[in-house]
Amino acid sequence: MRIADKFTELKEKNEKALIAYVCAGDPSAEATKEIVHALVKGGADIVELGLPFSDPVADGPTIQAASTRALEAGMNPDVYFEMAASIKENVPLVCMTYYNLIYKRGNEKFARDCADAGITGIIVPDLPAEEAEELHVACKKNSVDLIFLITPVTTGKRMEKNLEKTSGFVYIVSRLGVTGERVDVAESTKNILARIDTEVPKAVGFGISNGQQALEVIKAGADAVIVGSAFVSIIASGEDVNRRVEKLASELKISCR
Amino acid sequence: MKKSMYGKFGGQFVPEVLMPALTELEEAYGRYKDDPEFLKELDYYMKEFAGRETPLYFARNLSKKYGIKIYLKREDLVHGGAHKLNNTLGQALLAKYMGKKRLIAETGAGQHGTATAMAAANMGFESEVYMGAKDVMRQHMNVYRMELMGSKVNAVESGSKTLKDAINEALRDWVTNVEHTHYLIGSVVGPHPYPMIVRDFQSVIGKEVKEQIMEKEGRYPDSIVACAGGGSNAMGIFYPFIEDNEVKLFPVEAGGKELKTTEKEALHSASLCVGEEGILQGAHTLILQDKYGQILESSSVSAGLDYSGVGPELAYLADIGRIKPCCVNDDEALEAFYELSRLEGIIPALESSHAVAYVMKMAKTGELGDLVVINLSGRGDKDLETVFKLKKEEAKEACQ
Ligand SMILES: Cc1ncc(COP(=O)(O)O)c(C=O)c1O
Repeated sequence: MRIADKFTELKEKNEKALIAYVCAGDPSAEATKEIVHALVKGGADIVELGLPFSDPVADGPTIQAASTRALEAGMNPDVYFEMAASIKENVPLVCMTYYNLIYKRGNEKFARDCADAGITGIIVPDLPAEEAEELHVACKKNSVDLIFLITPVTTGKRMEKNLEKTSGFVYIVSRLGVTGERVDVAESTKNILARIDTEVPKAVGFGISNGQQALEVIKAGADAVIVGSAFVSIIASGEDVNRRVEKLASELKISCR
Repeated sequence: MKKSMYGKFGGQFVPEVLMPALTELEEAYGRYKDDPEFLKELDYYMKEFAGRETPLYFARNLSKKYGIKIYLKREDLVHGGAHKLNNTLGQALLAKYMGKKRLIAETGAGQHGTATAMAAANMGFESEVYMGAKDVMRQHMNVYRMELMGSKVNAVESGSKTLKDAINEALRDWVTNVEHTHYLIGSVVGPHPYPMIVRDFQSVIGKEVKEQIMEKEGRYPDSIVACAGGGSNAMGIFYPFIEDNEVKLFPVEAGGKELKTTEKEALHSASLCVGEEGILQGAHTLILQDKYGQILESSSVSAGLDYSGVGPELAYLADIGRIKPCCVNDDEALEAFYELSRLEGIIPALESSHAVAYVMKMAKTGELGDLVVINLSGRGDKDLETVFKLKKEEAKEACQ
């Protein structure tokens, strides 16, 4: 499913989107499939499937640890695409990974493998627009959205360029730092949303972990909230994972209605 | 060619949040690098604080034994015991001109961390250093030194617990504190403009060699040999000679135990010699990786060379054939460590021992010509414990 179609569908229902991130293969490929099912059952509208990389510089300790677990359990790009292809949920799947894994497979092949596996978006946290030309072309050709980021220090021309290049949605990093749960997200989110002028849906991530925060972010004007580390923490605990993941998703989704 | 590239290598593969900081750094460097006041101040620090210029020493006994003329560029005599201070003084001064208050750095052997701590203490910066937990263990004297000078040292427990992981952690710090912090990278690695800035500040080595060798020998050397981890001491001594095609340039990488890789790790750190193209820590360069692009852990007896990547400009110069990548293994480096200590009364760093070892190995082949300059990038005091431990293990094995 394309990301734009999901946002259109939500707009008709007057809802905002919940985007959930999990690290594929943590603790196993089989488990990830079940977790994705639980997320969607709970209310997730889009699922970001992290393809783990050995050196995730944009991630905090929670997702770093998940990446390590997944790699040790044998996750790799071949297994990843196979697993993604077998997920039959009615939501867009987005691949989040680091550029060396894409470069090594080849931009064109990576984009095609995504499309073949039913993945319709790619986020690459270490690939700024300046370096993304080849992947951009490959994504266009394969009808996959390449999603760019906006941060509190992205201004002027950079902001314009990133907004022009992004498709599907724009990923707004609400504050400086790496991924991970935070206490306060409201203020910085308000500041950054006020500066962004675009037709593309605005998804806010980095630091959101509960319904209250999600509500504040949506009140500030976001079209979607992205939640990752909070789900990954539940998965890491290994306790009653599917039920708790579903419960958190439904709690967060309430804030999106 | 984009200005951030060396041929197809280089670039800026970093999180969006760092792009404005890289632009700011590039602009500031462009503004100050030829500014008379900046240069005057830098010159003062280089002379009075670092102790430049360093001698180009004719290694009489080594030359005699190996049958060619060998000179040592004595970067081991720079304050702190390695070439690293050339770069940290330059970047710290730049950070001061930029109005930054805090310096962060990664370190492998602890030499760059120490040099950062020195510059920070002297110029009044708050500073924090990231160091792999494995390196904290094998180089703990340097940890004390950094702490004495007021730096906070953070042991990094992720990944291979060495230099690569320290860089990851420093990048994460920078992403969080980018507004008032300067990331003082210690080698010619990372995103543009770092490889250029570090190369320029280290080029003082090669510039001095040019004058010194003309004075002593009336000609340029036939070859220059330098060890290469990230590649800053190598680029520093090579760069002023790049246009002088008759001078052969040899970066010597750590061959570790052997030039083999297992599923998860390389038994060496020879990314120029046997690495493949990829993206690591901000740059398109030669790296050690598996078939999927996961980064392999590297290995070497010397912490400062133990890195899975190499500076993009070195990758480019190797690609066009201007430099000739080579490597020596752990045992050869150790032998050179003993040899230089005994023959010349100079204890080299294990990193620099790799360069010495290559010259010992190749002197008789004619490959190096008969006038060679070795960049003696650092002194070996920091390595005594490592060497003694290896000696003990060897003795034990011999008994069994
Ligand atoms: C003495 C010495 N030489 C060489 C190196 C390797 O760095 P580079 O390749 O950047 O010169 C180090 C790094 O710690 C070092 O301490």
